[in-house]
Amino acid sequence: MSKMNMIEAINSAHDVMMERDPNTVVLGEDVGYFGGVFRATAGLQKKYGSSRVFDTPIAEGGIMGVAIGMAAYGMRPIAEIQFADYIYPGFDQIVSEAARMRFRTAGEWPIALTIRSPYGGGIFGGQTHSQSPEALFAHVAGLKVVIPSNPYDAKGLLIAAIEDNDPVVFFEPKRIYNGPFDGFYERPVTPWAKHPSSEVPEGYYTVPLGKAAIARPGSDVTILAYGTMVHVAIATAEAEGIDAEVIDLRTIVPVDIEAIEQSVKKTGRCVIVHEATRTGGFGAELSALVQERCFYHLEAPVQRVTGWDTPYPHSLEWAYFPGPVRLGLALKNAMEV
Amino acid sequence: MTSDNGRTNRPALSLHVPEPDARPGDEVDFSHIEIPAAGSVARPDVAVETAAIRDLPYTLIRVLDENGKAVGPWDPRLDPDKLRRMLRDMMMVRVFDDRMYRAQRQGKTSFYMKSTGEEAVAVAAAHALDRDDMCFPTYRQQGLLVSRDYPLVEMMCQIYSNRGDKLKGRQLPIMYSDRAHGFFSISGNLGTQYPQAVGWAMGSAIKGDSRIAAGWIGDGATAEGDFHNAVTFAGVYRAPVILNIVNNQWAISTFSGIAGGNLTTFAARAVGYGIPGLRVDGNDPLAVYAATAWAADRARSNLGPTLIELFTYRVEGHSTSDDPSAYRPQDAGKAWPLGDPIERLKQHLIGLGEWDEERHSALLEELGTEVRAAQKEAEKLGTLQNEPWSDISSMFEEVFEDMPWHLREQRDQALAEKGAKSA
Repeated sequence: MSKMNMIEAINSAHDVMMERDPNTVVLGEDVGYFGGVFRATAGLQKKYGSSRVFDTPIAEGGIMGVAIGMAAYGMRPIAEIQFADYIYPGFDQIVSEAARMRFRTAGEWPIALTIRSPYGGGIFGGQTHSQSPEALFAHVAGLKVVIPSNPYDAKGLLIAAIEDNDPVVFFEPKRIYNGPFDGFYERPVTPWAKHPSSEVPEGYYTVPLGKAAIARPGSDVTILAYGTMVHVAIATAEAEGIDAEVIDLRTIVPVDIEAIEQSVKKTGRCVIVHEATRTGGFGAELSALVQERCFYHLEAPVQRVTGWDTPYPHSLEWAYFPGPVRLGLALKNAMEV
Repeated sequence: MTSDNGRTNRPALSLHVPEPDARPGDEVDFSHIEIPAAGSVARPDVAVETAAIRDLPYTLIRVLDENGKAVGPWDPRLDPDKLRRMLRDMMMVRVFDDRMYRAQRQGKTSFYMKSTGEEAVAVAAAHALDRDDMCFPTYRQQGLLVSRDYPLVEMMCQIYSNRGDKLKGRQLPIMYSDRAHGFFSISGNLGTQYPQAVGWAMGSAIKGDSRIAAGWIGDGATAEGDFHNAVTFAGVYRAPVILNIVNNQWAISTFSGIAGGNLTTFAARAVGYGIPGLRVDGNDPLAVYAATAWAADRARSNLGPTLIELFTYRVEGHSTSDDPSAYRPQDAGKAWPLGDPIERLKQHLIGLGEWDEERHSALLEELGTEVRAAQKEAEKLGTLQNEPWSDISSMFEEVFEDMPWHLREQRDQALAEKGAKSA
């Protein structure tokens, strides 16, 4: 065990897998000599050589296209898209190609590809460095979508994603790379070192895809969250004095429906929270699932707490971000009915 | 409009939208097409500096002259058995195409695409590549499969989406895929295969393999970002890949000028990326073979990618869903000055004393019999019209390696629908 922040844990996952499997390669903008703008691949090129860890042209469509070709060859590429906001030029290759290749070739060409990308706001990144596009990928048949919320999970989930024989989109909440952010933006940041999940094994382990975790047990209301919002949810519940059960989904496709049902049937109330825009967001899917499966257990309407349906603003970041105020109001609403 | 900005004497701006030389009702006129004499283009050593061969994208590599004689430095000097095999494969593609086109017209399937006039593009390339080199084709390279002895029955079962379709009725007809024959799954999203070919080649280079990749794209789809991505990555990483542009001059109803084909040659795209570009008579099987072999030699020598424009003509419609007489003169293909690849190779073999009309007719007869027999076999396993692939639960398989809960639920729902009737 050693203390790791999320970047160190993600870096360690790469290191472990590159050591174990010579078919693992890392490609992306600035990932090579420099080690990535967030340092997630620092030291890997020096250790594994430039034919296994290399910089690419600024061409996300090209990164995806060649990564798929490498996977077709038999490699296990890990492609970094520097910001999730930049992923759209690669969308066709991800959606039309990687996601469907196993199906369209009747299993002849599975694409074991991991697409890593920092996502989400809270860093004053403006509208091109803050987006949360997970619902776009969750909507696509054939993609798994994973979003960790802490260093231990980040490493274990990333190793599981790399080992998975299907394409996995792995969104890393960049606001919590260095410390868990609870949404109280005016307070000083606490580093990961003070959080128990920063105790990370140095070697190999996995956290299974498709399994949620109970981030905070509770009995009054279920909060479904992932990424940064897990920490916002815990802090808000405590600030409001509401005994919420916070479910950290960890994987949104396939989502852990048992964990959701179990918790909502127990609490009878459900608040869903994500940073992404509301309309057509993954919260809509979660809300529908809860309604379909837990209707007769519900005491109150399911609530969604999300970013607004606007582009992500720069100066108005905290008016946009679904922080403790917005979540607190939703929790109170859910409890009052 | 008045203006006080000093530009008052200029005419208003106007948008240029290119138009082809001839539309329906016009005379077909290909006289403006420059056709250098066969044998007139120098063949550089594969280790040549790219900067020294910047003329090659602007000329046309041709081997077979007007009399079917192989001339000049690009003559691959193939033995007669190889030439006969290439002739046979091109003829087979055409016989197969005609048969499947008719099957579509008979309602046995939804869709078909012929490669009439473009058979050399795939067949000659397949013969110049090694059997284990990896092909990333677009939708008109069925000649690759035929040349690699992929069973005709398998092709037909795919076209019919029947019980024998190894792709389980999932793909549009002719979107073949076969790993064992080095034929990557065809995508309907054009151009996507191009960077994938480069990635496969990069994988081969990373692993210190000796196999190379080849990709094909149409003139129209070179306008896609994937083309730019592929050639950029291929050049940067010196990927062992051959990037073919099949310039058949038509993208459904859109002529190549809309893809920039009037501004320069497609081969000349290579110049900006700093890689060699060859422009080749795509209806000359020996020129296609020679150019492919040259590019393969370069790739296998760690010298990197080559862009090859195969200048040809789409003789037939884009697909069974297309009627070219609506946008170009009738029978334009017959006037194409570079002729028919099958006729040209036939004439060459006859000139060598290695072939004659009688053998040609006999072979044609034989291929027809073979295709009809294959069709009979395939149709025993059903057609799209009659007993297609019908296993509903298979639709939910291979979306993922392991079926997640939501697909299991939906599968059960779909199976339950099967027995139910709507009100």
